[in-house]
Amino acid sequence: MQAAEAPPLVELRGIEKVYGTGEGQVRALDGLDLAIRRGEFVAVMGPSGSGKSTAMNVIGYLDTPTGGEYLFDGVPVQSVMRQQRTLLRRSFLGFVFQGYNLLSRNTALENVELPLTYRGIGGQRRRELARRALHRVGLAGREEHLPSQLSGGQQQRVAIARAIVSNPALLLADEPTGNLDTTRARDIMNLLVELNRDDGITVVMVTHEADMAAYCQRRIHVVDGRVDTEAGGSGAA
Amino acid sequence: MLLESIRLAFGAIWRNALRSLLTVLGVTIGVAAVITMVTLGQGTTAEVGESVASLGSNLLMVRPGQFSQTPGGGGVGVASLEEADAEAIARQVDSVRIVAPTDSRSLTALAGGVDLFTTVIGTDNRYLDAREWKVAEGRLFEEGEVLAGASVCIVGAGVVDELFGGGSALGESIRLRRLVCQIVGVLERKGGSAFGANEDDVIIVPLRTFQRRISGNTGVTLIYVAAQDEAAITQVKDDVTALMRERRHLATNEENDFMVMDMRQIASMLDTVMGVLTGLLGAVAGISLVVGGIGIMNIMLASVTERTREIGIRLAIGARESQVLLQFLVEATVLSGIGGLIGIVLGLALAALGAAYLGVPFTPDLLVVLLAFGFSCLVGIGFGYFPARRAARLDPIEALRHE
Repeated sequence: MQAAEAPPLVELRGIEKVYGTGEGQVRALDGLDLAIRRGEFVAVMGPSGSGKSTAMNVIGYLDTPTGGEYLFDGVPVQSVMRQQRTLLRRSFLGFVFQGYNLLSRNTALENVELPLTYRGIGGQRRRELARRALHRVGLAGREEHLPSQLSGGQQQRVAIARAIVSNPALLLADEPTGNLDTTRARDIMNLLVELNRDDGITVVMVTHEADMAAYCQRRIHVVDGRVDTEAGGSGAA
Repeated sequence: MLLESIRLAFGAIWRNALRSLLTVLGVTIGVAAVITMVTLGQGTTAEVGESVASLGSNLLMVRPGQFSQTPGGGGVGVASLEEADAEAIARQVDSVRIVAPTDSRSLTALAGGVDLFTTVIGTDNRYLDAREWKVAEGRLFEEGEVLAGASVCIVGAGVVDELFGGGSALGESIRLRRLVCQIVGVLERKGGSAFGANEDDVIIVPLRTFQRRISGNTGVTLIYVAAQDEAAITQVKDDVTALMRERRHLATNEENDFMVMDMRQIASMLDTVMGVLTGLLGAVAGISLVVGGIGIMNIMLASVTERTREIGIRLAIGARESQVLLQFLVEATVLSGIGGLIGIVLGLALAALGAAYLGVPFTPDLLVVLLAFGFSCLVGIGFGYFPARRAARLDPIEALRHE
């Protein structure tokens, strides 16, 4: 296979994450092995407390593992400094959270512009890119709305627009449909599938809902900080 | 990015307008204090400079005692001066144009049921000459009046205003304690004031009259010596000092028990006093700036805690630590800068009021205003750094979980 020759976009080898010491020690991740290739749409599933969110934070450089090896596009990154992790995060990653995490005092457009602001993209071009991203998620005409004037589904679309506006290689979604009713949740899933299929964005989604995971090519079950079972996908080891 | 931060900062401050206003109060008071004090200080200094100039730079004053001996300058334990000292200076020192012995008291003058607290000077025509004061109405003292100690006086224009409602005062009588004297002359209006005392608010009587009817002794508290020109003043000063030492029988190892001051010396003395006052007020202002800075630090820490989630979002979507740091630093600086601006406006207003009240010129100084503003911004940067660093170092995951 051709894909096997290029290194995986994300490769976790025996990742451990231990909180606390002694008696109160919690092993959130206990030797997690995982490889995600470019263009995949992967669901990470598991009961609460299984370590799936921690895995997501490690992949997103928001959290540092206490053991194991993390290669991003073939380059080990677990040892880099916090500031460089920030640089990696903003160069390659987009985040979508369960609670949307929009800035409530800023309009939809301003929220989407924010990542570009931090990347030093100015004025006209920044607004144009943000407008395009909002259009892409089906929110043309809602640029000047505040988050409070939008429905939950629309807010999540703004969050997705904010995640993709910087053209990330990898989109990380943490329970993106967790706060939505079934119809809205399906709309969001369809949007993620579209972004994955049409725009070639690699998507990793954490969820505990099987019918949302069903949208993904590949489903990984994490139990007790380890990969338990895998279903679907092509490049599964 | 900086513009963006400033825009964000104004937004954040505006949302908490009342809290922000209270926060910057310390900085406002500090800056207002500095501006008021410096502006008034400069006005006073300018005024003093003018007074010194009005006294004339070729004028010396001889008085008994040293500041270290008697702060009031009186003669407690120190022999006072005599009229004979003045005559000796006039006779024996070269390049002296005029010598005027004087004594003075502040007391209440009565005329026609009106009273006025004023300064009475006992001297003669030579004093008017030394001060270059002219008689506008009436005449100078006659020699016989001076020798005999007659009950006559020459008054300033301000006294006429107060006691006689600005009408003609020539020939009227004024009661000064046990002395009732007749006004023979009215001085030209001078308008200004020297060292806070209105020069128009003065009553002059012959020295002998003063000694007999007011002070009850033959002492002289101040001898004015006018040199022929400014160039001679150092020589005259040295000669007067030597002569006075001799007349007061001081041994070579004894310190002077009198002072010979020239106007420059008086000016520098006043400068010293102003300097001490300025230093004290400056310390008060400094303390209030520090307190203001702590207030800003406190409110910025509260703000960082309040906005933990927002900071988490910003970090997660790609803000660098330095960008978050800048945002909060700019916010603290804008906050203290606003406090400084309010303080400048307040300070200038207070200084204008104070200047009008004290009768000194209102002289705002752009440099001082800029310095005060710069200082208030520095307070923001200094005290805002710690909270801003705390914001920048937040762990994004923890921050995102924060409710």
